[in-house]
Amino acid sequence: MTTAPDLPAAQTRGALMWKQARAMFFAGPVTSLATVVMILIVLMAVFAPLLAPHDPIRLNPAMRLKPPSDEFLLGTDAFGRDLFSRIIYGARISLAVGVGAAILSVLIGLAIGLVSGFFRGLDAVLMRIVDGLMAIPSILLAIAIVALSGATLGTVLLAIVIPEVPRVVRLVRSVVLSAREEPYVEAAISVGTPTWKILTRHLLPNTIPPLIVQGTYICAAAILTEAILSFLGAGINPETPTWGNIMAEGRVYFIINPGIILWPGLVLSLAILSVNLVGDSVRDALDPRMAKRGIDR
Amino acid sequence: MLSYIVRRILAAIPVMVFVALFVFLLLRLSPGDPAAIIAGDTATPEQLEQIRERLGLNDPLLVQFADWGWRLLQGDFGESILSGTSVTSMIADRMEPTISLALTTIILSILIAVPLGVIAAWKHGTIVDRVVMAISVLGFSVPVFVIAYVLIQIFAINLKWLPVQGFTSIFDDPAAFAQRIALPTLTLTSLYIALIARITRTSMLETLGEDFVRTARAKGLAERRVLMKHALRNSAVPIVTVIGIGFALIISGVVVTESVFNLPGIGRLTVDAVLARDYPVIQGVILLASLLYVAINLMIDIAYVILDPRIRYA
Repeated sequence: MTTAPDLPAAQTRGALMWKQARAMFFAGPVTSLATVVMILIVLMAVFAPLLAPHDPIRLNPAMRLKPPSDEFLLGTDAFGRDLFSRIIYGARISLAVGVGAAILSVLIGLAIGLVSGFFRGLDAVLMRIVDGLMAIPSILLAIAIVALSGATLGTVLLAIVIPEVPRVVRLVRSVVLSAREEPYVEAAISVGTPTWKILTRHLLPNTIPPLIVQGTYICAAAILTEAILSFLGAGINPETPTWGNIMAEGRVYFIINPGIILWPGLVLSLAILSVNLVGDSVRDALDPRMAKRGIDR
Repeated sequence: MLSYIVRRILAAIPVMVFVALFVFLLLRLSPGDPAAIIAGDTATPEQLEQIRERLGLNDPLLVQFADWGWRLLQGDFGESILSGTSVTSMIADRMEPTISLALTTIILSILIAVPLGVIAAWKHGTIVDRVVMAISVLGFSVPVFVIAYVLIQIFAINLKWLPVQGFTSIFDDPAAFAQRIALPTLTLTSLYIALIARITRTSMLETLGEDFVRTARAKGLAERRVLMKHALRNSAVPIVTVIGIGFALIISGVVVTESVFNLPGIGRLTVDAVLARDYPVIQGVILLASLLYVAINLMIDIAYVILDPRIRYA
């Protein structure tokens, strides 16, 4: 009589989650570095008041356009404000916009996508609207929304979310369309399960992995769009330290002090890059086939 | 095939109608009086009334939309609030720098990105592949205006090779045109290369795994011939698609790039219009850009059926 081969001890839920988290955030040296950069930027945003050596908003005309020194690590801008402190505070807006836009777009897109994928009649109408919205270049749409409703954090967020929603709707809808053909969904329908329950219990879970990935990419794209809007002068009011605003103000002084543009530009690029890289890794960990199914940036 | 093309063209019409409706409602639905939004805070009641009259804001919504849509069809995009000139002619005046920039960018990107993507797929998994992919991720993540200023710092300020700003028409002075368009093109190309190289690689990887490629290799064809003739040709459909989709990317890039390099194109026009809250101009640019986007993707769809006999639409 043969004995059963040694099976590994059953993994606890905690151990499994840790293993999955490691595959997502520390898959290799590049991903690990990206995760660390991402954490650093989050810490920077959260602890900005403790980290910033100077007030990011108070004007100090006597100190305008100073070169980097011990007191002002990266020098000062045209209004005598400490560049280093402004960049640290800038992380707050970028992060708020990135995370806020990701969550809002995913939630709104999820609701519309579920309904659209399940109810054929509504689908035809909703898809025409989605097609129309997607034909408008998103940056122009965002610019128009901000220009019309005035630039506050809320409207900038809205201007970024509205062009993103149709993409999420498309994604959710495609997942729902294929999942609703599955035998377990047909079975649920045939035993008379109420529609809302089919939607939330049987169809919704299928959409979560691709939505997590899509949400990460939306976060990166939103940080970028916010910076572009601020840079063009169509973003949150110029006094607020956002990376795009700092760079916009630095344009006139680029020859005197290129750092006013290049430093926030570097931090901004690192932020977007790290979020994108982590997104790629999460995608690979959740389902390697996702890249092929078109869930991509 | 003809019926497919006709149906495809007909399907584009509701999309454009929706775009127009959306742009139309955007102004009407935004909080506050549209006339006040357009006129700004300093407008007198008489000025407001004048604007309302000019835009037909006193009519019922449906009448307004029908009126506006009818004029759009005749190519009348309304008038600038600021200067009173027709938006159509304003856009036409700014076409040249934008088209020049878009064309040089697309040509240069394809010339660089397609070979990069082919090599990355061919040397799949090697260091070459990784470098190409890294460039592509960087291109996606580093904002256009950051790239622009890095290029300005290097080529215009440190090396003094190229001018920082301005535009000269290629018809007036080709040499000056090339000098001035070089940095904006390089800037925008970095963004577009990322997109095209990535999709070329993915598409090539898929084709290289196909049976006919193995057959071609087995019968002893030169590797170059296998890559170019068998693999690349059959990977062309997704690559062409992404070039069309990338048009939206070019638009957002153009707005930023023109503004950094002070090119008097459509992007610059848009930004100036936003700062002056000249909504009819913004509206005109959005409509035109969306129309172009729909038209380009329509042409690409039609090109498939003509080019690729495997694609048959019922």
